[in-house]
Amino acid sequence: MTDLTADASASPRTASAPETGTPGIAALRRVPPPTPPGPLSNALVFGWRAILKFRHVPEQLFDLVMTPIMFTLLFTFVFGGALAGSTGDYLQYFLPGILVQTVVFNSVYSGMGLSTDFQKGLFDRFRTLPIWSLAPFAGLMVGDLLRHLIAGGIILGIGLILGYRPDAGLFGTLAAFAMLLTIGFGMGWVFIVLGLLVRTPMTVMTLGFTILFPVTFASNIMVDPATMPGWLRSFVEVNPVSLMTTSLRGLMSGTASLSQIGLALIAPVVLTLTLAPVVLWLYRLR
Amino acid sequence: MPNVENERTNLAIQARGLVRRYGDMTAVAGIDLDVRRGMIFAVLGPNGAGKTTLLRMLATLTSPDAGTATVMGHDIATAPEKVRFSIAMTGQFASLDEDLTGRENLVMLARLWGFRSGTARARADELLIAFELSAAARKQVKDYSGGMRRRLDIAASLIVTPGVLFLDEPTTGLDPSARQGVWRLIRQLAASGVTVLLTTQYLEEADQLADRIAVIDHGRKIAEGTSRELKAATGSGVLHVSLADSGQIEAAADLLSAHLGSVVQRSPEGAELSVLAGDAAATNAAVTALITEGFALTDFRMGAPSLDEVFFALTGTPDASAPDAETEKAKALA
Repeated sequence: MTDLTADASASPRTASAPETGTPGIAALRRVPPPTPPGPLSNALVFGWRAILKFRHVPEQLFDLVMTPIMFTLLFTFVFGGALAGSTGDYLQYFLPGILVQTVVFNSVYSGMGLSTDFQKGLFDRFRTLPIWSLAPFAGLMVGDLLRHLIAGGIILGIGLILGYRPDAGLFGTLAAFAMLLTIGFGMGWVFIVLGLLVRTPMTVMTLGFTILFPVTFASNIMVDPATMPGWLRSFVEVNPVSLMTTSLRGLMSGTASLSQIGLALIAPVVLTLTLAPVVLWLYRLR
Repeated sequence: MPNVENERTNLAIQARGLVRRYGDMTAVAGIDLDVRRGMIFAVLGPNGAGKTTLLRMLATLTSPDAGTATVMGHDIATAPEKVRFSIAMTGQFASLDEDLTGRENLVMLARLWGFRSGTARARADELLIAFELSAAARKQVKDYSGGMRRRLDIAASLIVTPGVLFLDEPTTGLDPSARQGVWRLIRQLAASGVTVLLTTQYLEEADQLADRIAVIDHGRKIAEGTSRELKAATGSGVLHVSLADSGQIEAAADLLSAHLGSVVQRSPEGAELSVLAGDAAATNAAVTALITEGFALTDFRMGAPSLDEVFFALTGTPDASAPDAETEKAKALA
């Protein structure tokens, strides 16, 4: 061969092994595409991915439950007596609220995960596969719901140990968890949109918490709004987080009214209906 | 699957006037491509030339603002789903889930394609063996070396044998031996009948791998042909002369320039001269003159122009892929 490159140091081919190194590729079976899978099958594969992540990165569970555990302990034992007369009474009030907060906060992580996947180019691979275009998001949701279940279960477990008792029993608790998953599903869209818009996962987190802190604190999660100034109270009373918390308290204590449940569902339903098309549009745009 | 026309023309990719703008910036400004089946086709250009955008359009990831293209006979605009059945793309950054193991990544993708879990696992294992990754199959991808990641990434593109494999800068960031390994893989893939369209900013890579090369710059195709044709396009060979005494370099350069009438390039080390030399008789006279004038030559040889020189001749700007040599020269001049 003639000298094609002036720079001799850039011609390592002279020192390379003969081309017989990997017979494996040549022997690789040619595989035609199988019958295309359905959307549900695709979504379940993404859900399976979320479970695998739990196995490989168990630390993420720590991220999910550490804040709510700290909140539960701090609020119950530091403020509880002063706020509700006794720590036991306060825990009874606070626990359904912290479940809502946990789920709402956790939905930030799916936005971060999405942003990471985009950054790594993983979504480009998914998008060149002949699969249902919303499957990656549906899968993300499956993973989210699992996260919500696990985190909610752990917080409830700790609550039970500390003396929390759901008056509505097992059935009420199951209904409350169904409500929690619905809330998480609805909130998830907000952060999927953020994850699609923002390039860096850290920014997604910062932005997410900037939105969530005021919304969760200016709610009835921690305290009864009765003592708040009028202008704040009027916000707290219509804050979707308050409505969700009220319905969850109702479900777990067995006193939920249909209107409470209906009001709590407004935000998740509206968010899903408005943001799902936005997500699809943004995804096609990227 | 492939339609009649393309079966006849035997083209894996056919693009006409592809344009893509981002705001005011035109990333791809009207590119035509014809890529025959089974060949390795390189899109060569500096950073920001529009290579990745071109690839993304053909892989249905970005829609063109103007122009049309078919991939394996399917229109990218009207039948992107069909295109996706016959392509695979390996992006510039390993498109893998770093938290999962290598095997899990492959199984996940195989299941997304629609294979049942048993078949998916079997295919994953086949690929792991073929790509010599069996030993690392159960390690998380974040613990892989750059070369292993690349191999896994390419393996992930072969779960279903694609008609066209798009590789965006397949060896960027790899060490020389890993690079060799990837090159070998690409050649074997092409030999097995997969059409490969790759982008690269390394002239050597295009030269080594590609059956055909399109040189693009500022979103336009400025040349296309085989490596040999591109070199012939500059119309001449290059004479390289090495001197025993580097102190004589200026005098020797003047003499060569006088005989051959073109600019003489000095190597960074300062002991070698290169000059375009089209005419055999004039070249012979120039070398003879050097010797009769008493310059001690340790070596002289004729070569085809390097792709660097071709690129320089085509774009009028120094090749962006050889920053070391260029910056060294710039430093020496400064």
